Amino acid sequence: MTNSLREIEDNEVLFITGSNTKEAHPVIANMMLKARRKGAKIIIADPRRVPLVRFAELWLQQRPGTDIALLNTMAHVILKEGLINEQFINEQTTGFNDWRASLDAFTPEAGEKLTGVPKGDLVRAARIYGCSRRAAIYYTMGITQHAQGTANVNAVANLALLTGNIGRPFTGINPLRGQNNVQGACDAGCLPNVYPGYQRVDIPLVQQTFERAWAMPLSVRPGLAATEITGKALEGAVKALYVMGENPVLGDPNTEHTRKGFQKLDFLVVQDIFLTETGMLADVVLPATCFAEKDGTFINTDRRVQRVRKAVEPPGEAREDWRVIAELSKRLGYEMRYESPEEIFEELGRLWPALEGITYGRLERGGIQWPCPTRSHPGTEFLYKGGFPRGKVSFTAVSMAPPVERADREYPLVLTTGRNLFQYHFGSMTRRAAPIESHAGKPYAEIHPEDAEHMRISQDETVRVTSRRGSIRLTARITERVRRGEIFIPMHYAEAAVNVLTNNEALDAFSKTPEFKITAVKVERLAQEG
Amino acid sequence: MEKPINSISLVIDGKQISVPSGTTILDAAKQVGITIPALCYHPKVSRSGACRVCIVEVGGTLVTACTTPVSGGMEVITNSPYVENMRRDLIDLILSDHPYDCMVCQKTGECELQELAYKYSIRNPVFRGERRQYAQKDGNPFIDRDMEKCILCGRCVKICDEVQGVGAIDFAYKGFWAKVCPPFEQDLNCEFCGQCVMVCPTGALIGKNWVARGRYWNMREVESTCPYCGVGCTLSLHVKENEIVRVTAKEGRGVNDGLLCVKGRFGYQFVSSPDRLKTPLIRRRKGGDLEPATWDEALGVVASRLKRVKEQYGPDAIAGLSSARCTTEDNYLFQKFMRAAVGTNNVDHCARL
Amino acid sequence: MSTSSVEIKVCLGTSGNAAGGEEVLRLFRHYVFDRAVEARIGTRCEFRKVGCRGFCSKDVLVDVIINGSKTTYQSVKPIMVERIVDDHIVGGGPIPEWMAGDEYTSFHSKQYKIILGPCGEIDPENIDDYIRMNGYRAARKAVTKMTPDGVIDVVTQSGLRGRGGSGFSTGEKWRICRGQKNDTRYIIGNVGEVNRALAEGNPHAIIEGLLIGGYAIGAQKGYLYIRERYHLSVERLRTALDQARDKGFIGKDIFGSGFDFNIEFSFGTESFICGEETALMESIEGKRAMPRYRPPFPAEKGLWGMPTVINNAETFSNIPLIIGMGADWFSSIGTAESKGTKVFTLSGKVKNNGLVEIPMGMPLREIVYSIGGGIAGNRKLKAVQVGGPSGGIIPESMIDMGLDYESLRKVGSIVGSGGMVVFDDEDCIVSVTKFFVEFLQRESCGECTPCRIGTKRMLELLIKITDGTGEIEDLDTLNRLSGIMTASSLCGLGRTASNPFITSFNHFRDEYLAHIRDKKCPAGVCPALVVFMVVPEKCKGCGLCRKACPAGAVTGEIKKAHDINQELCIKCGACYKVCKLKAIKKQ
Ligand SMILES: Cc1cc2nc3c(=O)[nH]c(=O)nc-3n(C[C@H](O)[C@H](O)[C@H](O)COP(=O)(O)O)c2cc1C
Ligand code: SF4
Ligand code: SF4
Ligand code: FES
Repeated sequence: MTNSLREIEDNEVLFITGSNTKEAHPVIANMMLKARRKGAKIIIADPRRVPLVRFAELWLQQRPGTDIALLNTMAHVILKEGLINEQFINEQTTGFNDWRASLDAFTPEAGEKLTGVPKGDLVRAARIYGCSRRAAIYYTMGITQHAQGTANVNAVANLALLTGNIGRPFTGINPLRGQNNVQGACDAGCLPNVYPGYQRVDIPLVQQTFERAWAMPLSVRPGLAATEITGKALEGAVKALYVMGENPVLGDPNTEHTRKGFQKLDFLVVQDIFLTETGMLADVVLPATCFAEKDGTFINTDRRVQRVRKAVEPPGEAREDWRVIAELSKRLGYEMRYESPEEIFEELGRLWPALEGITYGRLERGGIQWPCPTRSHPGTEFLYKGGFPRGKVSFTAVSMAPPVERADREYPLVLTTGRNLFQYHFGSMTRRAAPIESHAGKPYAEIHPEDAEHMRISQDETVRVTSRRGSIRLTARITERVRRGEIFIPMHYAEAAVNVLTNNEALDAFSKTPEFKITAVKVERLAQEG
Repeated sequence: MEKPINSISLVIDGKQISVPSGTTILDAAKQVGITIPALCYHPKVSRSGACRVCIVEVGGTLVTACTTPVSGGMEVITNSPYVENMRRDLIDLILSDHPYDCMVCQKTGECELQELAYKYSIRNPVFRGERRQYAQKDGNPFIDRDMEKCILCGRCVKICDEVQGVGAIDFAYKGFWAKVCPPFEQDLNCEFCGQCVMVCPTGALIGKNWVARGRYWNMREVESTCPYCGVGCTLSLHVKENEIVRVTAKEGRGVNDGLLCVKGRFGYQFVSSPDRLKTPLIRRRKGGDLEPATWDEALGVVASRLKRVKEQYGPDAIAGLSSARCTTEDNYLFQKFMRAAVGTNNVDHCARL
Repeated sequence: MSTSSVEIKVCLGTSGNAAGGEEVLRLFRHYVFDRAVEARIGTRCEFRKVGCRGFCSKDVLVDVIINGSKTTYQSVKPIMVERIVDDHIVGGGPIPEWMAGDEYTSFHSKQYKIILGPCGEIDPENIDDYIRMNGYRAARKAVTKMTPDGVIDVVTQSGLRGRGGSGFSTGEKWRICRGQKNDTRYIIGNVGEVNRALAEGNPHAIIEGLLIGGYAIGAQKGYLYIRERYHLSVERLRTALDQARDKGFIGKDIFGSGFDFNIEFSFGTESFICGEETALMESIEGKRAMPRYRPPFPAEKGLWGMPTVINNAETFSNIPLIIGMGADWFSSIGTAESKGTKVFTLSGKVKNNGLVEIPMGMPLREIVYSIGGGIAGNRKLKAVQVGGPSGGIIPESMIDMGLDYESLRKVGSIVGSGGMVVFDDEDCIVSVTKFFVEFLQRESCGECTPCRIGTKRMLELLIKITDGTGEIEDLDTLNRLSGIMTASSLCGLGRTASNPFITSFNHFRDEYLAHIRDKKCPAGVCPALVVFMVVPEKCKGCGLCRKACPAGAVTGEIKKAHDINQELCIKCGACYKVCKLKAIKKQ
């Protein structure tokens, strides 16, 4: 997030796209509702009737995969109606004129044709967003989990640049992080191309710094992205895999493909708190501790470093992850000496100035948002205050490309995956919370009433959903939350694991994010099986 | 645009104070260290003036401190015998329609009504009569709703509507039999955020799984951060005998300022699940089962196998996946391990999933 | 004999309707046509439906006006119509035995009907009738010739005070509302139970008042808030509103002045609290009718958070008169502090029940004896309860007091909804109080503690006393409860709910004590406290009581004095009622 959660309530306009905030980030939805009570307008662009639609001034129900058309059309209208922030564009951006030309085709009429949203609504949305200088954009996986994900993000950014809704309080481009510590994992350098603090591994100066700090020669070759590992394992290029606290068998697209890849490995070690589907394929499984059994920090979606504290003793012989890693490292001949997570955090701070001013001591009083370079720095509520770090930022022309898969005669429906309110991710935690499991313990597919009628499917009937890769069985939930021609299946249920269906080949070229939001499928009644 | 703030001077219990116009008597009193009892007022919701417990005397008449804005030259008395007797009687009235079962009530020790009964020493109530009794119990798995203990303060109704945007409960019926319930008195079926439980001043709304799991004063409270989504809500873990028996959030702490969702509030039982891994496991033969092992054996196997792969195929034949659920420190160490100990940049996590 | 004009007016208020008014009117039309009356007498007959004139116990009331001279028939049944047409209209001879008698005249002669007057005279479904009686002239004057502040000045000078309960100065309320900074303002007409006759008989007066008020405070929109169940009132108001719209009195650019004003209906449920102004606003906003705290008052922050004036429908009905005839005329009626007239519903043990309009300040005695015709069965007057369910109970000894806001407040009562119930010596004051408290407990919205639980505890104690198990301390508890409820309730319902108890306890303390200490109900009403006994000297042993007793408690042989077994007696009083010799006494 460029801006802060606490600013949300004073937004004037909230443009929420591809985010089911009420279910995936419920407490942020509370803040958005507070903004609305204070008079803010909410615009939602989402193919699904997400719960927040009830509070929206305007709901744009675009066809899946047409986000770029929608965002570009809005930009077109903002330009045409003179709602742009010229001063901001002149002072802080480049490439405006080239980009502007790329929008010519995105008239409201064209936008309507491409997205299926009435042009009047597109124009209204553009006006509401464009007229405000306290407008913020919020998005999540609905924007990024596409083959066009990076382009989508650029199109979002263009809107903010065009109106100057960035770099000030109550504005910003705000991706909402899905998991508790995605931010922290990224910040700490668990990415194949960067060291901690987004410092690139392929820049020699950076590499030297880290070699010095870690007293070890380091590789300059960027590594493999998570979604590439299975493929490389199948090719035989990756032989061993160490998984800590992840369940790629359920999480990666195309489960069958993942399983095969992992089986082909020479060695798989999994470190987790439960025996997951991935753990069951492992050669060695190491029992780890959960959040309540260790000290450390999580970094949340608004870059806030917050303490995690040990509350209970771990079960049996389970050990803190950092101790396991340090011990392993020693056995591999690279000694790591730490007395506590606090020491580790301090080392990280020395390598990345954004965290340098933060200490466990300071965190006792509450979380601090990075960048926080010195002990007396209060932390940073919003980024890009008074300009971008690299001087000016550039508008990026983005054009529409069709999704990788499309509904056809054989697979006539478009599947979108995501979360529901009650369960979390692949369920290893929430499905072991008795009240949650008893309330929301059954997998289901949301189907539009007209599609259901067409296929003669009735409420709560068991159906089979099939894609080019596999099929799963679950219960039909007939609801107008989805558009006609689309179905939605939550990702949480191993017994109907939705990634059995998804496509491992549809990846965003830059970020390698899978296209979880568009898979062609068919739905059949089980009775027809005969 | 913000209105210009005018300052207003008044006297509360003889103490002179200046506050911005629009401030209520209740808030003004707080600033001079005077706490006025309040049962229906809650900072998170709009005011209703329902319980009347916050009455104070202004110029000989009673007004509710939580709803009445200060005005210039006002003289407020919060503790005259008239006010205190009236307040005592109001609490007495509430108690006359309340089950006297504090000794088994889960809310004991945290109950705002109990606190006031204690403060005013209401052992033998002046008022007596019929109590509401309800046979029907709500079957939802999260929240115990015991409407016999409800004092109709309306906090839950308001927080559900105003803060949560759900509106799952409302007042029904009239007079003495007025009742807070879901439409048609069905079982509660909502987002189960538990916001209502948080604000309920009495034992009318209680987490089902908290019941009989211990008294609050016998628990240790540990502040931590929620392990679920990226909002990063600040939690209080209530621990008894090495088990988390309740999760709450405190107002004024963290980005959530007291709010939580169903996962954060009611999704903690996995920690003590019997399914937890308790020892390392090793598959000693290809195709065989995973069998318990010692740490020494397990780590030995991992180290030697990784070493072998590295020697045979080079470091880039090894990859590591870390976790967005683990701490920043764990993640830092993991990538350092992959880069420095193994020698590859093949390290990633599930940010995109 | 030459007949130049014939007018037949049939009362078609709610009660007239119920008594068969529609059928009576139809038959008049039928016979006039059937007998070719118009041809025979040489002139057209005018038929008019008119609103209630208050004397509902004698409905259907029919006026036959020939050449301007009016004869009123009472209790007209369909079978009587033919003879009235034949004998009176055609034959010229009124029928004395059906004519309304002295009661009708005395019922009306003491009243002062400035707002109820047109009810019973004009056809409420015909706007031209209203216009003929100067209708909408005041609105035209206000909107085209006066400034809003000018209107407010006149209303303030007139001394008009709210007729819906609190008696707040109407002009003052309007001025506060007008003084708010917001551009959007609302005005609401609160049409309650007691206003039904007005709405049915002269709906345009309410609409005109609302229109003038809207102009004065600068509202764009008015609401008529009315219980859905008052079908006839709704229908008449709706018709009137449509007609006013057609004439351009409501809508855009009214009277060419550029002033736009619209009126909409909003319907309430059958609950007492809906009439309370802030609960009413919640109800219009689509929420449960629960009162809001004050301040801010509705005039500052009301409907949808905007400045809002709420007035009672009767208050509004006075407005056209005040604008039309002037503040001085209006303030010449009534007392120093309470100006104009007030409508009351007179009921209970008086001979003439009905709707009455009196100048403010008229002594209670005059209302009971002159208008009400005295106590039915010539029994003894015991008390009068004024002001609706939460009004005070005024003992016989005080009935020389005048009826106005100040005097009523002094005796612990209110003008309230304008209810007036007369009790005689057969009424038990404790039971009466219990009855009112029961109503208030049922109708409490349940929001605030003192009212929700207080009324319940009060009711329980009153039941205890009438059941004969009361203790002396209960009176202290009741007084303590009254104090809490009056001083600390959120809205008017709770604040006034103990009026019946406080006043009855003040004036009839002995009666409470008799119930508690002597276990006796002096009026012989409370079943648990009465004993039915045979007076042997009077009993002739006819056996009627034995047959009447449902519990088999009476025994005795024919022609010998009977006896009542107190163990078996269920205090139903059946024996008491059947005994022709008054040989059964009640203690
Ligand atoms: C419980 C309760 C019921 C009321 N019912 C009515 C009603 O039916 N009609 C009415 O005009 N006012 C009613 N009122 C009074 C209104 O709250 C309000 O004072 C009145 O409509 C203001 O109009 P006025 O100034 O013309 O009297 C009621 C008040 C209370 C406390
Ligand atoms: S359930 Fe609790 S919060 Fe809700 S009205 Fe009753 S006492 Fe108040
Ligand atoms: S006084 Fe009675 S009716 Fe009025 S708010 Fe309180 S409970 Fe409701
Ligand atoms: S706290 Fe003020 S009325 Fe309840």
